[in-house]
Amino acid sequence: MEEKVLKILENICGDEVVSEEPDINLVEEHLMESFDYITLLMDLQDQLGVIISPTEYTREEMDTPNKIIAIVKQKLEEA
Amino acid sequence: MQMFADHSFFAWLIVMTIPAFILGVFEKPIKYYGMFASLVFLWLALGHNTVALTYLIVFCLLEYTIIQIYLQLRLGGNRSKVLYWLFLLLSIAPLATYKVLALTGNPWHIFGFLGISYMTFKVAQMIIEIYDGIIKKVSPFEYAYLLLFFPTITSGPIDRSRRFSKDLNRKIPRSEYLELAGTGLYKILLGMVYKTVIASVLYFLMKQYGMEKDMTGVLIYYYTYGFYLFFDFAGYSLMAVGTGYLFGIKVPDNFNRPFISRDINDFWNRWHITLSHWLRDYVFSRVTMSLMRTGLRKRRLTIASIAFMTNMLLMGFWHGLTSYYILYGLYHGVLLTLFEIIRTRSGLYRKYSKEKWFIIIEWALTLHLVLFGFFIFSGRLNALMHWKAW
Repeated sequence: MEEKVLKILENICGDEVVSEEPDINLVEEHLMESFDYITLLMDLQDQLGVIISPTEYTREEMDTPNKIIAIVKQKLEEA
Repeated sequence: MQMFADHSFFAWLIVMTIPAFILGVFEKPIKYYGMFASLVFLWLALGHNTVALTYLIVFCLLEYTIIQIYLQLRLGGNRSKVLYWLFLLLSIAPLATYKVLALTGNPWHIFGFLGISYMTFKVAQMIIEIYDGIIKKVSPFEYAYLLLFFPTITSGPIDRSRRFSKDLNRKIPRSEYLELAGTGLYKILLGMVYKTVIASVLYFLMKQYGMEKDMTGVLIYYYTYGFYLFFDFAGYSLMAVGTGYLFGIKVPDNFNRPFISRDINDFWNRWHITLSHWLRDYVFSRVTMSLMRTGLRKRRLTIASIAFMTNMLLMGFWHGLTSYYILYGLYHGVLLTLFEIIRTRSGLYRKYSKEKWFIIIEWALTLHLVLFGFFIFSGRLNALMHWKAW
């Protein structure tokens, strides 16, 4: 699952740094703009079956690869 | 009495804040007193205007009914899109009615009360999140307090219901409350300096030297109006946020040094943040998601352009059904679209975007584009070009 999320992020951000530094702040580093965030939510739904609505979490709760992975994990466990 | 403007407001603010401060220091919930204080301010601001007050009450009751009916239907398992849109449009209908009637002068003052634009955001947000399944309960007290919370009632910042409720029901330790109250006080004082000192000076310069139709006059107006707007609105926002803090609510910030923005995306994360993030989360995101479910899925830029244009046009309409507000929205929609193209397609951008000289040029360009946007927003461009405004 982790690898899949990282792969999705790499694709969206267009930079491998997201896998190398999983605590990098995607918003501050301008790696993930508004449009990219929505793409992320769509990809998580299509590829992992995890449904997250756009305002379920704040951007601060989803601004590093590790935070995103933790939330996806939690969602998968709940399901 | 006008909120955050008249001297009498500030006198009342001091008096009304003392009990909140005492409750905060003794770690008691402030919300019930906060509701009472909000009602007092509402009375001071609208008590003499029975028509406005009546429409405000009608609005709150009507929207509450719409929310509760939709919540029950949704909890009962109804996920129909048609039903969702019906209720969303119903919730926006009072504001839309008011905006359209404004074109005729609205002689009966239908839904004419200050704050309707900002309250509608909060109500629409609740309907949308009920559909999303992340709001499962709406308490009448929390609903009323969110809408009527006096620091933000007239002009924002636009808070969100779930965030607001979390603050409301949290027990704040004394040391944290004191920190919060101190920061709040600082924000109020800074806001006063912004609004009554800096904005006033800029306004004076603008009116004194910027009204001529020659090049110098236009340039002075161009370089002062945007900054005037910032200090005026950011000043008000700081006071509203600071007052919220004293009542134990961490009202979100509205501005974050917008004139240092390096690009137009960055600007909208720093200027009138609660408005732009509201639109991002509830308009831009939704348009993008529905388009991605269509045959356009792979056409990233097409989707982004449509979503940006819809988003910013709606922002223009929300400011008012006036030609230059709509033009302002259109302008920013185009800027965001162009930037999205450059950001994703340009090799030059990718190559140099981390270089210092590039960032400086980009910043200067963004600043001038943004100031031109305000120039449109002010109506001055229309006047200069002799475009008929409506």
